[in-house]
Formats: sequence, C-alpha cells, structure tokens
Amino acid sequence: MSANPDSEPTIGRGWEQFPHDADVGLRGFGPSIEVAFEQAALALTGIVTDAGIAATTRVEVACEASDIELLLVEWLNAIIYEMAVRSMLFGRFEVKITGTRLKGILLGEPIDQAEHLPACEPKGATYTALRVAQGSDGLWSAGCVIDV
Amino acid sequence: MDPARFTRIDETTWQIEPTGAMRVPGIIYADEALIRDMDDKVCEQTGNVATLPGIVKACYVMPDAHWGYGFPIGGVAAFDADEGGVVSAGGVGFDVSCGVRTMLTGLKISDIEPVQTSLADSLSSQIPAGLGSKGAITLDPLELDAMLRGGARWAIERGWGEARDLDRIEEGGQVAGAEPDHVSHRAKERQRREMGTLGSGNHYLEVQAVTEVFDLEAAKDFRLNQEEVVVTIHCGSRGLGHQIGTEFLREMVTAAAEAGIALPDRELTCSPIKSEVGQRYLGAMRAAINCALANREIIGHYARRVFGHFFPDVDLSLLFDVSHNTCKVEKHEADGGGRELFVHRKGATRAFGPGHPDLPEALRKTGQPVLIGGSMGTGSYVLAGAATSEKKAFASACHGAGRAMSRHAALRKWSGRQIVDDLAERGILIRCPSARGVAEEAPGAYKDVGAVVLAAEEAGLARRVARLAPLICIKG
Repeated sequence: MSANPDSEPTIGRGWEQFPHDADVGLRGFGPSIEVAFEQAALALTGIVTDAGIAATTRVEVACEASDIELLLVEWLNAIIYEMAVRSMLFGRFEVKITGTRLKGILLGEPIDQAEHLPACEPKGATYTALRVAQGSDGLWSAGCVIDV
Repeated sequence: MDPARFTRIDETTWQIEPTGAMRVPGIIYADEALIRDMDDKVCEQTGNVATLPGIVKACYVMPDAHWGYGFPIGGVAAFDADEGGVVSAGGVGFDVSCGVRTMLTGLKISDIEPVQTSLADSLSSQIPAGLGSKGAITLDPLELDAMLRGGARWAIERGWGEARDLDRIEEGGQVAGAEPDHVSHRAKERQRREMGTLGSGNHYLEVQAVTEVFDLEAAKDFRLNQEEVVVTIHCGSRGLGHQIGTEFLREMVTAAAEAGIALPDRELTCSPIKSEVGQRYLGAMRAAINCALANREIIGHYARRVFGHFFPDVDLSLLFDVSHNTCKVEKHEADGGGRELFVHRKGATRAFGPGHPDLPEALRKTGQPVLIGGSMGTGSYVLAGAATSEKKAFASACHGAGRAMSRHAALRKWSGRQIVDDLAERGILIRCPSARGVAEEAPGAYKDVGAVVLAAEEAGLARRVARLAPLICIKG
C-alpha cells in the first residue's frame, strides 16, 4: 500500500496507524519479521489507549497460518481474544516465528477504565490492506486494518 | 468518486456497468455530492462483490456507503443457493446483527430537562459501556446455548424484557436455524460476561427528542410526536459475533479456494451456501443474531429500569428493533417470480414497504420502521420502508450517516473534552469513559445524515418520518 498523507510514521516509534473510512489501519516496522509483528501489536494497543501499561501479567499465545500475512492476522486476533476474555491490555510483546508458526508472549495488566481511558474496542483484524513485506532498505513492515 | 465513471440512471441511481469478471452490475443510490465524497474503494469493492457466484440482479450500494472489508459498508447482495450462490462472512461483518432499537417514552423534552444530568449519570452507571466494563450477567454453557437459540425471547423469559416487545423485533426476536454447536468455544468464552453491555466505537444509547416530523400520518402510526422523547440503542452481538466473524473469515479463505471461487480480494471470503462450511457459518451467524437481539433486549430492560426510577408512571414501549449486519433468507421478486434468496446486508437496513406480509399488523399500513443512527451532535432519523424498496434493493435502505473522516483524522482535528463541552452548551450531555473516544466519534467526522436519508427517500428506498436530536448520549 502506498504511503498515505494522513499516516504518521513517527521517528523513534516502530509503528504507525493509517486511516480507513470507518476503522483503523496499523503497521509495525522492524529489522526482522518478529520485531515488525511486535510493533504491530503495540500499534493495536495504541488503538485502544495512549496510557502506559504495567507488565504485571504474562500470557502466552501460539498461532499458525498458511502464509506470513495470514499469520499476522492470526497474531493480532490472538491478542484481541486475550484482551477480551481476560479484560486486559498489553504493553510488551515478544514474538518467535518458526516457518508459519508463531509463539508470542504478551505482558500487561487488567484494564482500568479510569486509568487507561480506552477509546475503542478492537473487534478483529481484517485482510484489508494486509501486507507483510521487506522494503528495499531491509526493514520489514507488517500491517492491516483493524475493525473497531 | 468521479461521477463520470458511472452510468447515471436518474438523479439518485448510478450504475457500474459489468466488466471483467462482474456477473451483474453495481448500483449505487446517492446524490451527486454523496457520490463525489465516497472513497474510490466503494466502486472497487462493489465491482468485486458483483463477481461472486450466484449473485442475483445487482450489487446494491446505499447512500451512506464507505470503504469496508471485501463488501463496501452499505452494500446489499442477494445470492441464489440453487445457482451456486455463496454466503460470505465478510459480507455480514465482524459485528453480526449490529443494529438499532428505538423505544418510545411518551415523555416531553420538558419532562427530561429538570433531571437531565442525573438521568445521564444514572444511565451511564447502569449500562456497562466501553472496553473493560463489566456486565452484571455471567452465563454458564447451558444458558449461553439457550440464549443463542432463544434471542430476545430468551432474555424476556429470564426477566430482562417484556413479551410485548417480540412483535416489534425483526424475526419476532428469535431467528430460526441458530446452531449453538457451530459456535466455537472461544466465541462463547468471549461472550460469557458480555450480555447487557453496549461495547464501544460507534455504539451508543441515546435519549433523543423528536424535533421534526416529515410524514404526519406515518409518525402517528409510529407514535412519534413532536417534542416527545425516545430512547435509542445501537449495538450488536459483542465478542461472540466478532469471534465468529474472525474464525469464519479465516476458514472461508480456504473454503472459497476449494470451491474454485476466484476472489479478487481475500476479504471477500465466502463459501457456497450448499456446502458444509456455508451451512455451519449460517448456523453460527444466526446464533450471533440471537445474541445481538438478546443483548439489545437486555439493555432496553436496563433503560426501562432507570427511566422507571425517574418516572415511575412511564412505560417504555418498543417502536422497532432492526439489524444492519446480517445475511437472511428472504423471498424476493427477481426475474419475474418469487425466489428464496440469501440477502447480505452489510451496513444496510432491511426496509419492508407497506403491506409486507412479514410485518406485524400494526406496522403493515405504514411499512417497517427503518432506524438511522447519525452522530451524537447531528441527530438520527426514523424512516419507513418504501413500497419501491423491494424493486430497488431487495427491500433495503441505508443504516447511518457513514463516516466522512477516519478516526485518525478526527483525533487530529478535535479534542474530546472540547466536544463534550460544546455539546453540553447545546443541551446534549455526553457520558463516555474516554475523551479520545469522543474525539474519534466527533459529529464532524460523519457525513451529513440529512443528505443521506434524503437521498434514500429520493431513491425510493425509504421515506422520512421523523428526525431525532440527542439529549443524552452514553458511549463506550
């Protein structure tokens, strides 16, 4: 997807959000696919809140898909699921990818409406604007649109 | 979009001629200004839907359309199972059976004004909203399955609603063919504590006043009187629907490939209706419809409880409850005969016209109430299904204002605090846990809902009955 004038690639931050008519697009960047996926996860949390999140609880997830782009959707959906059923927000992520299998660690804390002021609730990661690719500079990017 | 790319049929009808793999044309209902404001992606996505197997007549697009996922939001497409027709998880969306219900209070604006602040606070504390809010209801597996089968009827049997409501809910409050066994453990887990919660994003509960009546006769039939107050709820099937959407989207990517369906966009994932995956999705999706109907019935019950505290003699009666993200089996006139079709409405409202046999007696003369949510500042509309809606778009109309600006852009333009203060000055009280959430939902981020409903009326989809302006808005 081409750069959008409305997107905000922020120096010093490995992720960005980009506009979609009704919802929010996100992209993570990194020197490896793993880091790009971790940054995409931070962008997902950024859709919900700007507040800091304490790493008091650790949750492990595992997912698998037939290709690396579908794996990004699986990864983001795994986080959305854990956010929903545990009523938690996550602020740190660790990803290990072997082939098309992913093991992830999510670190976070229970949602506190007064403290985290959640702006919206991600419903699911979509295949819209889904792209995982390595740029000519060697940097990986991983992004898609999130339905909120 | 550039209007020049379409064949203009009349003032509000724009046709995308079939090219390439398109099996049928695309037809967009909108005025020229709305067409110009629509993202080019709407045209692209409409063309893509038109390539799907078994599509009947056309892919229709409502005046509030915008860029969606696979299907445009505001898209209507009907499929014939006997002609290889498909069902698409993307064509229903993540928030299965997201919809609107409006309840009549019989109160006047002047009754609300003296208690407006405490009523807003009370509604805000009694109706769980936003991420991290906790509902008062936890369902065990047996009850959850009973809810997925029973819909609003289940909620009423448990004491969270009133039996007289059922007549005023699509499908009588309970869609047939729901299969809780086709709903995954994860989807059920996501819903266990979610019943009676509003959610977030563009979902809301509003106390609104009738500020303009367009059709006196229809307004009388709907019991919508100038200056009177109604309660409107906009929400859906919560985590359960989101998870069902997520899982079937994934499964249908493979199912479509196995069925030999070439998808121009992965998000269009679908499966033949006459396939194991297609049938399983229909069973799960119908369970999610029942979940949404139960959820809105429960929230309606909470609203009744709060109003009962402030106005002990007031009786909230349901005008109507209608969904705008569904796939339903309906009989429609197509190619000269009545055919059973699977009608996808993604961000589009069913709009049965006068005399439709599926409407309750009390609504048959006027047609089905079509409830259109606007933004918290600009107001909402009640329309009535037009007699021509059947011919125009399988008896469908628009569903909301539609966003004119992304959340991202809205956040850069407005401060949530400022919006809350500005609206308060205009007599509109906002209760939302997040100022940022308010900014993302800023009134200016939405299209002019008045232009959308006028276009729907001129296109013969639904006619305007009344305009509603917000007094209190509870958002997640």
